[in-house]
Amino acid sequence: MTTTTPPARTTAARETRPRRGSGRRRLYQWLFVAPALVYLLAFFGYPLVRNVLMSFQEFTPTTYFTGESPFNGLENWRRVFDNELFGDALWQTILFTVGSLVGQFAIGLGLAVFFSRRFHLSGVIRAVLLLPWLVPMVVSAVVWRRIMDQDHGILNSFLETLHLSQDGVSWLSSPSVALLSAILVNIWIGIPFNMVILYGGLQEIPRELYEAASLDGASPWRTFRSITLPMLRPVVTVVLVLGFMSTIKILDLILALTGGGPADSTQTLGTLTYQLSFMQLDFGQGAVVGNVLILISAVFAVLYLRVNRADTVKGK
Amino acid sequence: MNPTPTRTRLRRGWNTVAALLILAVMLFPVYWMISTALQPGSSIASTDLFPTSPDFGNFSKAFDTQGGSLVTSLVVALGAVVVCLALAAPAAYGLAQFGLRGSRGIVFGTLITQMVPGIVVANALYSAYAELNLVNSYLGLILADASLGLPFAIVLLRAFMVSIPTEVVEAAMVDGANRFTAFVRIVLPMSRNALITSGLFAFLFAWADFIFALTLNTTDDVKPVTLGIYQFIGAHVSDWGAVMATAVLSAVPAAILLVVAQKYIAAGIAGGSVK
Repeated sequence: MTTTTPPARTTAARETRPRRGSGRRRLYQWLFVAPALVYLLAFFGYPLVRNVLMSFQEFTPTTYFTGESPFNGLENWRRVFDNELFGDALWQTILFTVGSLVGQFAIGLGLAVFFSRRFHLSGVIRAVLLLPWLVPMVVSAVVWRRIMDQDHGILNSFLETLHLSQDGVSWLSSPSVALLSAILVNIWIGIPFNMVILYGGLQEIPRELYEAASLDGASPWRTFRSITLPMLRPVVTVVLVLGFMSTIKILDLILALTGGGPADSTQTLGTLTYQLSFMQLDFGQGAVVGNVLILISAVFAVLYLRVNRADTVKGK
Repeated sequence: MNPTPTRTRLRRGWNTVAALLILAVMLFPVYWMISTALQPGSSIASTDLFPTSPDFGNFSKAFDTQGGSLVTSLVVALGAVVVCLALAAPAAYGLAQFGLRGSRGIVFGTLITQMVPGIVVANALYSAYAELNLVNSYLGLILADASLGLPFAIVLLRAFMVSIPTEVVEAAMVDGANRFTAFVRIVLPMSRNALITSGLFAFLFAWADFIFALTLNTTDDVKPVTLGIYQFIGAHVSDWGAVMATAVLSAVPAAILLVVAQKYIAAGIAGGSVK
């Protein structure tokens, strides 16, 4: 398999090399970057600033006729924090994110290790396994909604055939199970991503280390713990941070699978933002929840950048 | 300790069998989607494990109701690819080769944007779009969907373009080409693979977009298939055959790309995320 991204070894050297040019030439060079920069500011910078402002503004459905959205201080924040649903959504977001990450990572790592063995069709099968990750999330959610249907779903028929369950599990219609179901579906979606990146990391580990370990008579488990895991650590961090970033903002999966229900048991910060802003048309309160979501993400963004910088310094 | 060749071959055979089993379990939902879509609408309540008498009625129903949405998705996704590459390619080149002051900060900023939740962007964009008359417009959705692939494309293309030797471009410029012509004639062709990879992902991200389609449209004028299928399960949840046929159709681009451009996809997932 050829890779399209060559090692960016020379990055640091090239960037620090001073390259003086006349002012006009500089300006001309900036023209290459400017359009993308303007776009990024419009579609990421502006929303970030606007959300902070909106969280202090009063939005009601009438705002869309009058165009008036007066500032109301901390009123939106107070209302959101007083709303019991906010606490639930926060907790469910944590459960959903952590549960998904643990499942995706564990299974993804297992598959990556397995596919590192050499056997026929390994490459082809590995490629086809990517499909769940490439299909639109809404579509996956719809298919799973059918599979997990309590009365007519294949999952319950299967469990009944095996005599593991008699009345069928109410996967999506019971408040105590629905979040778990959403986590299971999201694990399924995330496995390929984890597998591909971890597989790539495994290929980078020098073979000699394993040969040395086998000469020393190390057991497979010992080899895995003492060589594979430590050598894989940088990749593991990246996978987990990226997985976290993409999982915490998931909205489409939950909307199409359960719509946040039953009894708000699958509401997360993402779905709550959507509901407050676009269903109740209270964009001010929606912005508050959105800002909380960003704050949580920001903590991990910092972590990600530190990891990334460490890699750049090491010359990776 | 050396296992005999026969034993090695046997073990590899078992590995293949195990891998096929894993594949079967992992892809069961995909099989189920296709199988349900092929079964006539009468068997709503229970679906057979195998479509014993395959029937394409569901697909014609899906085309009738969702055909327009599929076209919309295609237009929007292709539009997003064009916007994305037109912005990302020159920017990536500028950030990789010019040594501009502050370019490092821009690259970090680009990485951070990938972490901004779509719903937060939508929350602010909606009011801006309302003022700019971009709600319910193709242009509005294309521009918003391009944001899904742009940071990724910039990071990926830049990682590729830093390795292009400056001498190559300088040689072209000695021959009289200016920076821009040299970029178009030399750099872009050299970056073909990275451009294809970024373009593929920009397409897939835009095709799969649901949040912007849901929030930036208040009428059915611009309705991509993700939104179509979402409304479909709300309205016709009993007609699972037709829903699944739509699901199959909306998964087709992913399947085609996986077969045709497999190596780019794998490289993209690994390259764009780790770099």
